[in-house]
Amino acid sequence: MATAALDSEVLLDIRDLQVHFDVRRGTVRALEGVNFTIRKSKTLGVIGESGSGKSVTARAIMQLLAKNGSIVSGEMLYNRQRDDSSDSELIDIAQQPADSQLMRDLRGGEIAMIFQEPMSSLTPVYTAGLHIGESIQLHLKPRQTVGDQMAKAIARQNRIPREEARQIAVEMLDKVGIPRPEERVVSYPHELSGGQRQRVMIAIALSCGPKLLIADEPTTALDVTTQAQINDLMLDLQEEFGMAIMYITHDLGVIAEMAEDIAVMYLGRIVEQGTTDAIFYNPQHPYTRALLRSIPRIGQTEGSRLEVIEGMVPDPFSIPTGCPFNNRCPDVMPGICDVRMPELLTAGDGQRAACLLHDPDTMQEVTRARVH
Amino acid sequence: MLSYIIRRVGYSVVMLVLVSFVGFVIIELPPGDFLTQLLTELEGRGDRSAEDRVTELRLRYGLDIPLLPRYVKWATNFVRGDFGESFALERPVREVIAQRFWLTCALAVASILLVWVVAIPIGVYSATNQYSIGDQIFTTISFIGLGVPGFLLALLLLFYVVQFTDVDILGLFSREYRDAPWSFAKFVDLLKHLWLPALIGSITGTAGLIRIMRGNLLDTLGQPFVESARARGLKSRTVTWKHAVRMAINPLIVILGSEALPGIIVGNALVATVLNLPTIGPEFVRALQRQDMYLAGTTLVFFTLILLVGNLLADLALAWLDPRIRLE
Repeated sequence: MATAALDSEVLLDIRDLQVHFDVRRGTVRALEGVNFTIRKSKTLGVIGESGSGKSVTARAIMQLLAKNGSIVSGEMLYNRQRDDSSDSELIDIAQQPADSQLMRDLRGGEIAMIFQEPMSSLTPVYTAGLHIGESIQLHLKPRQTVGDQMAKAIARQNRIPREEARQIAVEMLDKVGIPRPEERVVSYPHELSGGQRQRVMIAIALSCGPKLLIADEPTTALDVTTQAQINDLMLDLQEEFGMAIMYITHDLGVIAEMAEDIAVMYLGRIVEQGTTDAIFYNPQHPYTRALLRSIPRIGQTEGSRLEVIEGMVPDPFSIPTGCPFNNRCPDVMPGICDVRMPELLTAGDGQRAACLLHDPDTMQEVTRARVH
Repeated sequence: MLSYIIRRVGYSVVMLVLVSFVGFVIIELPPGDFLTQLLTELEGRGDRSAEDRVTELRLRYGLDIPLLPRYVKWATNFVRGDFGESFALERPVREVIAQRFWLTCALAVASILLVWVVAIPIGVYSATNQYSIGDQIFTTISFIGLGVPGFLLALLLLFYVVQFTDVDILGLFSREYRDAPWSFAKFVDLLKHLWLPALIGSITGTAGLIRIMRGNLLDTLGQPFVESARARGLKSRTVTWKHAVRMAINPLIVILGSEALPGIIVGNALVATVLNLPTIGPEFVRALQRQDMYLAGTTLVFFTLILLVGNLLADLALAWLDPRIRLE
């Protein structure tokens, strides 16, 4: 398939991504056409309820899907730009075998990820320094100075020597705000607190200067004060390193603070994507509106109940026909929404929403039907 | 750490005393003793002087004194390195055990090596290729291996070898080396004979260890740190061996120290009996049957000792391998 060139500001463009999982009961269509773009050095927040496919999307980008999962169709166009040249090449990650050399270079080297469970994301028998060093020795290449015998020898091995990797590890620990990094570099995971472990994970992720950092609910397992610290740290480091961040969460308060762009997911689809301002101040999809209404507000009438979205997220084997949100949607148009599948169309303040209310053809028909 | 080891050694001594005493009492429990058995045997043959002979032996072995003082006497001698005399073999227990000890150890070490070398790679393969054809085949084989008792396998193999080949399968040495002094040729001959009993003795252990390794590794492979290792861009082989297997193998160290080592030295008495191996196991069974007190008691104490040492070594190895349980 011919792929259109990307805007030079775009780092990753995901088009119509479909991921299926084979399970005993049949096929789970975890992603059913996901579309979004991540801009260079910007943060995209991905929000949605549990089971909406946020984490699956992240793992698809890393080619880290479980064995029973596969990318069925779609493109994940990655705009690869080498530090040493101005040329860029376009890689369709969806076409790369998970264990290929290219994918292993991207994974951890250019696209890094931090996880939900900092408590168990580090191998318990290895020190923090070993984890960081492992990544550095894998991805960073030593720089060669002409005529330097030592550098030549190192370059031949194409690996940063262990001692130097350790020094970088100490620097990284210092950067992520771990006190006494010289001592902490030889600490084992169980000697660190949850917040410190997530800081170590961030140090690992950023040690190789990635272009994209995927953060899959990085603060869910942490207490509230630590959450704020970790989020601030990520913003500071983004300023320093200039990487883009894909921030997955179901915390709308956090996302407003962290992200420039937001993608809202529901049942394996993007239902709305746009700038944070557009999404928060002028939401176009009924699902986004419902999500925003469910945030508790300061000044809310005392004793009033929080709004909830009616119904439950449907079981993956009984997804409604037509628009997947039609059975919970307050603005549902019977006979239309349960038949037609909405596409992502421009609406509101330049964002895109997948709702038939914004589909001019559908609305024309509705008006005509009313007139008759 | 040192004080921990000293404490453990202290506990071990208490344990040894308890086990030896209880063992002593239990061996004594059945009616009669070795000499009453001997008496009936001799009288049955029509030996007229049987009565006198037995009385003489009773005095010589100190069987005329009551249990408790007899235990104390034996225990104090034990500490000095005198383990008493075997009634049936009419030789010092020390000699009997020493003669069989090294061969028993050689067999145990060979078996354990075989178990680990075979079971770990198969277990890793089975876990990393869960539900593949290979995994199904190994799973089936390992269940059969777990289900069939070792002595039955030994019998079947014995039948096959004797019936269809002219390999000298019984014992650990060929006839010409059996009583020869140690030499390189005798050692080679030992190796030639050792692999078969080692193989039979290790089949149950191998089958069990494959199951345990597979289960542990499957658990570990589902852990977040495995995914984050893959997310760092490591090769899947590095992720499997350096991160997952390294974690999954820790519990096996405990099994090695507390079950495998003592199990193989003590157990397999049946296999050793069938294959007529000059190891401690069959001798221990015979000693128990004949109420050969000092031989049985001494063997029991040594078994306990091996178990305790094995446990201690396993705990130390685990502390060395896993920083989480290192003691202050």
